[in-house]
Amino acid sequence: MPVPILRQGDVFIASIQLEQTDADLAKLREDLARQVGEMRVRGVIIDVTTLDVLDSYATRMLRAIAYTSRLRGARTVVVGIQPDVAFSMVELGLDLGEVSTALDLEEGLAVLRAQEPDVEHV
Amino acid sequence: MTQASHLPISSDADIVAARQVGRTLATQAGFTGSDLTLIATAISEIARNIVVYAGHGDMTMELCERDGRRGIVVSARDDGPGIPDVELAMRDGYSTGRSLGLGLPGARRLMDEFEIASAVGKGTTITMRKWARR
Repeated sequence: MPVPILRQGDVFIASIQLEQTDADLAKLREDLARQVGEMRVRGVIIDVTTLDVLDSYATRMLRAIAYTSRLRGARTVVVGIQPDVAFSMVELGLDLGEVSTALDLEEGLAVLRAQEPDVEHV
Repeated sequence: MTQASHLPISSDADIVAARQVGRTLATQAGFTGSDLTLIATAISEIARNIVVYAGHGDMTMELCERDGRRGIVVSARDDGPGIPDVELAMRDGYSTGRSLGLGLPGARRLMDEFEIASAVGKGTTITMRKWARR
């Protein structure tokens, strides 16, 4: 099941669901890289609120998505990492590198607004 | 009570299924909160190891008990190429595949017990356990 990408103003919002596979994440990266240009979007929010596992592959893909989107001119913020997931990521030694994070969707939009003051938001 | 699940692992959808089954069993063993996430993540890492390096294999998960403590035991088995240097593979950051090289050493850190046996050309078997807090 592909990850749906919603557009809100100049921002894409992609909510990753529990049952989504490695292939779905790889496809999200490709879809975002293409659509960021087609839709002239400046910011991307990846919402992982419903995920109960962020393992080494998923973490690597989130980083790849953020770097790919950035090369296409859009900033990415990962939102909604749950407390237990954060704890598990620390134990695993995983990190998101330079990828911005925020508590939830609202905070994520605020981060993008702060980075790109001229971004249009609804 | 004996509860066991046996799952074939050959695709990324099987990885998702394995961690969901593992989470359900771990709940039955009495694990709560962050322990459930740690177990599901460890299962995800070793299931992916099968898919990436061996192509296919299988996993068995069951409840276990020792000295009055309940726990979960997860076994993963494949007939893949095997790991030439297990000690090296268990080091953080070592990877020959599409990972961060944190899968096996990470899974070991997330669980209480972790055993790995591998023979080149024959395959790899991993058994890991975690015990619920009393």
